[in-house]
Amino acid sequence: MADPNRTVVVTDGSNDASTVSGAATGVQSSPKGEKGAGTDPSKMDQQTLAAVLQFLKNNKLKDAEAALRREAKLPDGNGDSSGSSRVATSGEVSSVLSAYESEGDLARYCEYYNSLSSFIESSLDAHKHELGCLLYPVFIHMYLQLVYNRHEKEAHKFFNRFSVEQEDWHQEDLRTLSTVKTREQMEGNDLMDTFRSSKFVLRMSRDSYQSLRRYLKQNEHRELLSILQDHLFIDVFDGVPRNREQVQATSGAMMGEARRDANKVKVLYGLPKEPDINVPLDDDDEGAEGEDKPKKKKQKKDLLLNKNKKADPNAPPPSRIPLPELKDADKLEKVLSWKEGLKRVPLGRENLPSICFYTLANAYQNVSAVGVSEDSSLLAAGFEDSNVRVWSLSPQRLRTMRNASELDQLDKEADDIVERMMDEKTAADSWLLHGHTGPVYATSFSPDREQLLTSSEDGTVRLWSLHTYSNLVVYKGHNYPVWDVQFSPTGYYFVSGGHDRVARLWGTDQFQPIRMFVGHYSDVTCIQYHPNSNYVATGSSDRTVRLWDVLNGNCVRVMTGHKAAVHTLAWSPDGRYLASAGVDKNVLLWDIAYGRLLAEMKGHTDPIYSLCFSREGSILASGGIDNTVKIWDVQKVFEEIAGSDDLTSLDRASLVEVGSLLLGSFQTKATPVLKLHFSHRNLLLGCGRYQHS
Amino acid sequence: MSDRVLPDVTAESIKVIAESAGIGQLPDEAAAALAEDATYRLKQITQEAVKFMHHGKRRKLSTADFDNALKLKNVEPLYGFHAEEHIPFRFASGGGRELHFYEEKEVELGDIINAPLPRIPLDVNLKAHWLAIEGVQPSIPENPPPVPKEDQHAADRPPGVTAKPSGKDGTKPAGKPGKAEVKGLPSEVAGVKLKPVLTHELSVEQQLYYREITEACVGSCESRRAEALQSLATDPGLHQMIPRFSTFVCEGVRVNVVQSNLALLIYLMRMVKALMDNTTLHLEKYLHEVIPAVATCILSKQLCQRPDVDNHWALRDFAARLMGNMCRNFSSNINNIQSRMTKTYTKILHDEQSHLATRYGALAGLAEMGHDVVKSLLIPKLKEEGEKVKMLMEGPVHNSVDKTAAEHIRALLLKHCAPVLAKIRPGPDNQEQYKTDFGHLGPLLCAHVVKARQQQQQQQLQATTTTAAAASVVQRPTLQIPQKSDWGRASAVLSAMAAPRTPTPQPTTPSLLTISRPSTPANPPSTPTTPTPGTPNPQTKYIIVSTTKASTSTTLPSTSTISSSGLASSSSSAASTIVKFVSAAQGSASGGSEPRVLAQLPSGQKYVVVSVPSSGQTTTTSQGKTQAVVMVKSEGQGSQGQGSNTGITSAAGTLAQLATSSSQDSTKSSTGLQGGATPKPNS
Repeated sequence: MADPNRTVVVTDGSNDASTVSGAATGVQSSPKGEKGAGTDPSKMDQQTLAAVLQFLKNNKLKDAEAALRREAKLPDGNGDSSGSSRVATSGEVSSVLSAYESEGDLARYCEYYNSLSSFIESSLDAHKHELGCLLYPVFIHMYLQLVYNRHEKEAHKFFNRFSVEQEDWHQEDLRTLSTVKTREQMEGNDLMDTFRSSKFVLRMSRDSYQSLRRYLKQNEHRELLSILQDHLFIDVFDGVPRNREQVQATSGAMMGEARRDANKVKVLYGLPKEPDINVPLDDDDEGAEGEDKPKKKKQKKDLLLNKNKKADPNAPPPSRIPLPELKDADKLEKVLSWKEGLKRVPLGRENLPSICFYTLANAYQNVSAVGVSEDSSLLAAGFEDSNVRVWSLSPQRLRTMRNASELDQLDKEADDIVERMMDEKTAADSWLLHGHTGPVYATSFSPDREQLLTSSEDGTVRLWSLHTYSNLVVYKGHNYPVWDVQFSPTGYYFVSGGHDRVARLWGTDQFQPIRMFVGHYSDVTCIQYHPNSNYVATGSSDRTVRLWDVLNGNCVRVMTGHKAAVHTLAWSPDGRYLASAGVDKNVLLWDIAYGRLLAEMKGHTDPIYSLCFSREGSILASGGIDNTVKIWDVQKVFEEIAGSDDLTSLDRASLVEVGSLLLGSFQTKATPVLKLHFSHRNLLLGCGRYQHS
Repeated sequence: MSDRVLPDVTAESIKVIAESAGIGQLPDEAAAALAEDATYRLKQITQEAVKFMHHGKRRKLSTADFDNALKLKNVEPLYGFHAEEHIPFRFASGGGRELHFYEEKEVELGDIINAPLPRIPLDVNLKAHWLAIEGVQPSIPENPPPVPKEDQHAADRPPGVTAKPSGKDGTKPAGKPGKAEVKGLPSEVAGVKLKPVLTHELSVEQQLYYREITEACVGSCESRRAEALQSLATDPGLHQMIPRFSTFVCEGVRVNVVQSNLALLIYLMRMVKALMDNTTLHLEKYLHEVIPAVATCILSKQLCQRPDVDNHWALRDFAARLMGNMCRNFSSNINNIQSRMTKTYTKILHDEQSHLATRYGALAGLAEMGHDVVKSLLIPKLKEEGEKVKMLMEGPVHNSVDKTAAEHIRALLLKHCAPVLAKIRPGPDNQEQYKTDFGHLGPLLCAHVVKARQQQQQQQLQATTTTAAAASVVQRPTLQIPQKSDWGRASAVLSAMAAPRTPTPQPTTPSLLTISRPSTPANPPSTPTTPTPGTPNPQTKYIIVSTTKASTSTTLPSTSTISSSGLASSSSSAASTIVKFVSAAQGSASGGSEPRVLAQLPSGQKYVVVSVPSSGQTTTTSQGKTQAVVMVKSEGQGSQGQGSNTGITSAAGTLAQLATSSSQDSTKSSTGLQGGATPKPNS
């Protein structure tokens, strides 16, 4: 593949080799799917190795360093320690900082920026919008260069002049940026570090890229060129340039769009075959109803089981992730939920759901989290005064287990042993759980309803027993606030994510996380376990949604398009679609199979904090602090894409044009909607705290 | 960017802070460098704090968020900065310097230790309701009204002005239309805009509701009536039925005046009041039916079978107050209700032949119109009326009916004129002077005025309310009781929600409703921004607020001053839901023990009666016949002793209670309130 474009930028480019390779990779990941050049990985490894060595050295870990050197077949470090340290520092810090060191005439930055923007303004309409994406990263890096080189006044002027021209959704980051006014402040600013250490990703059609190249050739702005090479990653694709809507749909994330190769891995989003369940199907129930009915029921049940047994080509093999074995109780649970499912009301355009709303009154301390158990029988609310309270939503009141001596006397062979274990005297409508030392930001029930997980500002995740209403385990790992925690649909595993930008996968019986999902540029704000337990979706305040493979911890999907922090996620029951929403008040619907944006649902007037698909996946409910529950017709979208499922159009994010999807909007009096949950029968439950104005 | 104030910490601020920390001479460069860094750190921390706000699922940043953000940055959080006010900073200037400072008072530890324990706040509880049933939102008090009041109003307006169908469509679910939907003709058919026709059929449920409500309202069971009135006053979504209700009232009054059925008339007036209290209804279009009915109840010659025994005066008072409220709420340049009613009243007064009861009604009606009217129309007539009263009471012809009438007229005039006179007449009050100015009523009036003055003076110790302004703009409320239109609903919901799950109320938590005061718009404008020395604890106030819209109306000057002294009582007829608001930020904490709740009616209407040491016995019965003030009680008993119609007396008793509890009776109840309020500064 002789690519004439490849070298142009490089030859124009100024100096060092790293920029060459950077620009080269940018062009290389063209649609042919060719991976980076052979030299790149090895060079990267070298750098990483050097960095690790430096780290070991700095921390006086001599043995480890020596061992590493031996293994990597590097010369002994003692001789050229000064040299290697220089390499390492330049690799780590200086490469980033020195990139900002520029001899060029900084005062002319305004001019350069103007020239670039007028070029973009004057270019063909077809290219205009793709090229327009350049402005923001160029602006940021020019400003940072000015600040770094201690041209504070120019920087201030530059910022004031051009910051207003940037798109609305960048203003949040610009505000953060505007606080940075001196070189000293650049150190230790999270956003700064992100900008310095990562490349802003842009996607562009080949035509647009060509026109940019021509422009750069004509005007020899060295500074501009070096910014483009050092800090931008231009992902070129063959095809028609995208229009304004398409560009806007996927822009907005902190570090630009997702690279195309980031979403190439196949995701096994299907649901696995249901395991055979050989539990005697509720003899007592059927016995009571006579002889004729059970047969009919069994047939129905068989139908249901058959349907689930159908092998899904997209399903992961059942042994991909070791899952906890099903206990008898779990099997019984599954059967019961199927039974409930038989009574399900089909929902859709014509049949809107009934909504039962639970209002928390007298909560002087604010309610910061609400969780509902899978079978809708329990509700847990986390408060800002660090309490957690569990309510029963069913007539069954909450009881604790008897004490040990009493338990000892029980007949362990009895059929109703579980029932007997409970102390009827302790029955209460709600239980209060004390333990956290900061606001509780998430609660999640285990599928068997025996445990509850909570996460808090104090940096811990706590596991509570719902038999004794006491704290069982404190998981420490996140040192910063933990924003979300969720049990896997099979139990045992759970994921947590927080301010440290890492999502962690844990097993309930281990103190250490099993997997760490690292990659978000900012806080991990929300987490949803995929229904098949093989993947985890995370939303972040870097305005991206990522999908992680539990098996190997890789990030398999990066989805951009949100214009502000993502605060809630929901999986469709079939596992293929993901809905996300947050502070930008829009609900976005994603197709996980290709990592593309399907639809955008606008209508909320305040941040959205809860999403839920109906049990058969035909409608989506969203709720937020604008005190409304909105119902969306996602079935329409699914039908639309089922009709036009051609792979050619998949690369470009094209929203499915189906008009308004809003089916209904229901306002509460003064209660923000913090949690929505569909019961097995498709009754929508909502919950929030009454806020008298 | 340049036109707004840059959110920067200035070098001067740094210097001031340095001074307060004991560093006298901070070099300019150091201050500038520090200021820059402080700005950067503050902004950074604020941006982190916003994250905590988002995760706390709130719209307002709190100080706790800021603490958490500090913690995140490994900075020790601020301890002990918990302001009860929204913005606790005070402003001071002098010597060319302007300063905002946080006022920290010294606290006597002994006071805190010896203070009685605050009441335990109500426990969090969970309550379920139907937000939607198969896509249709039911009209229950827990849900917002189906058609917002503005839209009702828009629908009332003639077409062509502004019809806003778009706004409506957005809020309505696109699914099944509700049963009570505005049936629009296909208006786009011929390009001609047709006014949508309102359906005049009520659904079966609505018909049932109408029947139940009307039966209960005029039936004999008092508890059912209370329930029905409560429903009328709080339920959203009744606007479809207002025409029926207004016709019901109109026809009911017509029939019952002829039959002189006092009890039924009272019931009907209470219905009108309930409808007026309903914040979701827009009564304006139905005044043509309601006003004549109410006016009849004020002015009719005969309202009862035995004018000598039955207490029809209470009905007249009550109806007059309703009328006053209507004038305030609905009078406009187009309908001129106020001036038309005033004309009607004065015509009666000018007519020498008018019946005494009618005269009483006219006087009561004028008195309820506000201070301006009292000043310009009632006070000049005092002498003349006084003579008339004297003639009747001491005259040769003894007629017990006339005599009671005269007594009532006298009491009425004294009650309403004294506070106004206290305002407009300069002191000191001289018996002789009053005698010459007002004739027969002079001496009595003088005594009342003196009493009124004393009250005002006491209140002025703490008040900064400008009474002059209050007197000059009587039409407009001088005191905006902190009351957004949805408070009524809010409290209704709260009352529904605050009730514990089990029907039996917990003994530890009295079923008194305590709502911590919302921080933003609720401050009464009269509250001083800086605490005056007279109020050591400006944060603890008891505000008794009737949560209906009607009560945003004029208040007597006396009550408006009370408010700033610590107790605000809204003076109007609206007494259906009186909720006690404790404004301290700790909710029910500090002073909740002082005024005791004496009565709460289980039937849904809630009265919170503050125990009033000076007003003698305050007895309650659980039936809702609360005879609150001694004066009224004696009247009620007077009629009860002779009368056989207990239904009438009980109705009159309730009515009297309504009238008095809304504290128009300034002499009695405001002294009572005063009695409750004055010990506070000492404590």
